[in-house]
Amino acid sequence: MAGTSLDRTHPTYIYKVVLLGSTSVGKSSLAYRYVKNDFKESLPTMGCAFLTQTLCLEAATVRLEIWDTAGQEKYHSVCHLYYRGAHAALLVYDITSKETLSRAKLWLQELEKEFLHDEIVIALVGNKTDLMAEREVTTEEGEEFAKSKNLLYMETSAKSNYHVSEVFTAVAQELVAREGEKAAVQRPAPTDLQEPRGSGPRCCQL
Amino acid sequence: MAADVHKKKGWEVPNGSLAPGDGQHAERAESPTPGLAQGTEPGAGQEGAMFVHTRSYEDLTSPEDGGVAARSPEERQGEPAEPTSMEQISKDFSELSTQLTGMALDLEEEMRQNKEGKLEPSPQAARRDSVLSGKEEEDVTMDAWRMHRKHVFVLSEAGKPVYSRYGSEEALSSTMGVMMALVSFLEAEKNAIRSIHADGYKVVFVRRSPLVLVAVARTRQSEQEIAHELLYIYYQILSLLTWTQLNHIFQQKQNYDLRRLLAGSERITDNLLDLMAHDPSFLMGAVRCLPLASSVRDAVSTSLQQAKAKSLVFSILLSGNQLVSLVRKKDQFLHPIDLHLLFNLISSSSSFREGEAWTPICLPKFNSSGFFHAHISYLEQEMDLCLLLVSTDREDFFTVSDCKRRFQERLRRRGVYHALQEALRTPFYSVAQVGIPDLRHFIYKSKSSGLFTSPEIEAPYVREEEKERLLGLYQYLHSRAHNSSRPLKNIYFTGPRENLLAWVTSAFELYICYSPLGTKAGAISAVNKLMKWIRKEEDRLFILTPQTY
Ligand SMILES: Nc1nc2c(ncn2[C@@H]2O[C@H](COP(=O)(O)OP(=O)(O)OP(=O)(O)O)[C@@H](O)[C@H]2O)c(=O)[nH]1
Ligand SMILES: [Mg+2]
Repeated sequence: MAGTSLDRTHPTYIYKVVLLGSTSVGKSSLAYRYVKNDFKESLPTMGCAFLTQTLCLEAATVRLEIWDTAGQEKYHSVCHLYYRGAHAALLVYDITSKETLSRAKLWLQELEKEFLHDEIVIALVGNKTDLMAEREVTTEEGEEFAKSKNLLYMETSAKSNYHVSEVFTAVAQELVAREGEKAAVQRPAPTDLQEPRGSGPRCCQL
Repeated sequence: MAADVHKKKGWEVPNGSLAPGDGQHAERAESPTPGLAQGTEPGAGQEGAMFVHTRSYEDLTSPEDGGVAARSPEERQGEPAEPTSMEQISKDFSELSTQLTGMALDLEEEMRQNKEGKLEPSPQAARRDSVLSGKEEEDVTMDAWRMHRKHVFVLSEAGKPVYSRYGSEEALSSTMGVMMALVSFLEAEKNAIRSIHADGYKVVFVRRSPLVLVAVARTRQSEQEIAHELLYIYYQILSLLTWTQLNHIFQQKQNYDLRRLLAGSERITDNLLDLMAHDPSFLMGAVRCLPLASSVRDAVSTSLQQAKAKSLVFSILLSGNQLVSLVRKKDQFLHPIDLHLLFNLISSSSSFREGEAWTPICLPKFNSSGFFHAHISYLEQEMDLCLLLVSTDREDFFTVSDCKRRFQERLRRRGVYHALQEALRTPFYSVAQVGIPDLRHFIYKSKSSGLFTSPEIEAPYVREEEKERLLGLYQYLHSRAHNSSRPLKNIYFTGPRENLLAWVTSAFELYICYSPLGTKAGAISAVNKLMKWIRKEEDRLFILTPQTY
């Protein structure tokens, strides 16, 4: 049966979202802006940082468990730990550095090996739009690549708070929409926030 | 560079295992001494220690750890190189020291300009002149002097720069060349410590294959102490990479550029070097506790102990660089060096303030071949209390994160949050509390617990230079007391600005600094009074009942 029963009109979902990208593209700054609505100078992340944010969409309440990974090279050997079981990934690059876009593309290849196409929602995020004068990657270039790979795409600025919550909301909406599609095939299993971790089909354990 | 993303998995290191790497669980020596037997001195734990027992800094540099040559200067000069190469070395070295001087001045200028808000480095030519003018000159020379009191370089055995304390490694490549020439003379031994003295500098080399660490110092430290600091740098690098990975990399590619892997961690090393110049913990090879009423500390420890999980090895609560509580798995001991590295890691990164961090970390003295995963978070936004949960299982984030939640809940239920907050308001005590007028400062270490206590450094040691000078005096006394060929038990030092006394027994070490007007007899009676005071306060200043899960 499709998920039309009345008591299921506003389910709660928990999703694991991982931020990937080169060091200093602004992953932590995006996460901080989104969760705390603030911007401050940050130091490179070690390993990864875990944050959560809950949003209420029309169709569902969504709790995002955000894994902000370290972009430094020495952590690459452990990064797969952090993206394993992710429902969504933000591939972040810095619009003032072409090299970081290439790195984002490599992360995409990594993810394509780990996940089937419909298993994960991927967004390509070009950060630091406030640094327009130093731009190296055009909007078109990012957009075209995203289109060719069927990714969500957005340019952001953690510093000037441009499109930050939008990008997370877009990802959440896409995730919820996919629940709907899945529901057409089988009953969804909305997760109760109170439910103890690690049970059921949710994949928030690493 | 980007293409390596996939290959990296080959370097993956297994989860940290509990098997100690190098026989650190040595038996404690039971040598009764006049006065206090070890284990009965003030600050000694009632139920055994939390730490691996160490013999202060010898532990770092002793032969079992890789071999140190504690040679007399004559031997040192005669042995390693032929006379011709010694000449070459001195010549290279003079060149090197001029380069260092020039570099330090440049850097100093840059710093000064940064302070004034000019971020772009100004044209090179203008700089040297401003250094030499007017009142400013003195400041600059003073600062410049401080700047190049100790240079530290790390390079690979192939001569590739890995780290340089001042200035970019790029600009230093010629210096590194000279370094390598110098290093070649200790080629014979894989893990050696050597030093040369010239022009008022000491150059100390520590070779820990595949790395070579070099310090060029004008401090009063002994070469052993400088080597000790270099080893801390070495261990700090291991804590990021593990010994296994480091060796693997260089086995694969001898001239690998390690800066790629260490990019972004320079500030951790910088911070460690600064910390070692200010914090006596490193010199003492011991850990300082946050002064705290024992009832509060016990409540904290019990809460930590109850919030356990199968994969946890250590639960550590820190405030600044002081220990609040440490709970460990039964039979597992932390080494003070590893704890110091954790202190440094946390103090050099503000990023742990947000959310919960989950990061691979190697505790090199515990097990240098694998990573643990550490859950690092602050308890409250505005409170300087950092919780570190060290787990063997990198998949265990949610379980460990839940331990934190349970710990906080227990703290709240026991109602100790408030008392903790109070204690954090005065993280250091004043020496005036001891009630000895001439006493200015002291360091007391209980050997069996690996803990030490020391008051805040107060007037007349107000300026940074003065504080460093005081620590320098302690370093000097410490090196005399631990001189491997002629250790001294009692040292009485009179100087123009202060007098110091050191007393080292098998149970404790005590260093006191008092007014230059004080007499030796006065100092001795002060010691007695001080020891009584420490005994009276010991349950506040030390952790007497360490817990295990
Ligand atoms: N101008 C500008 N600077 C930004 C923006 N976002 C981040 N930054 C800056 O870029 C630097 C790196 O930001 P982080 O958020 O720490 O980068 P990161 O991607 O988390 O880096 P790692 O943790 O090392 O992977 C910091 O100095 C930020 O202040 C932005 O939108 N605009
Ligand atoms: Mg980051």
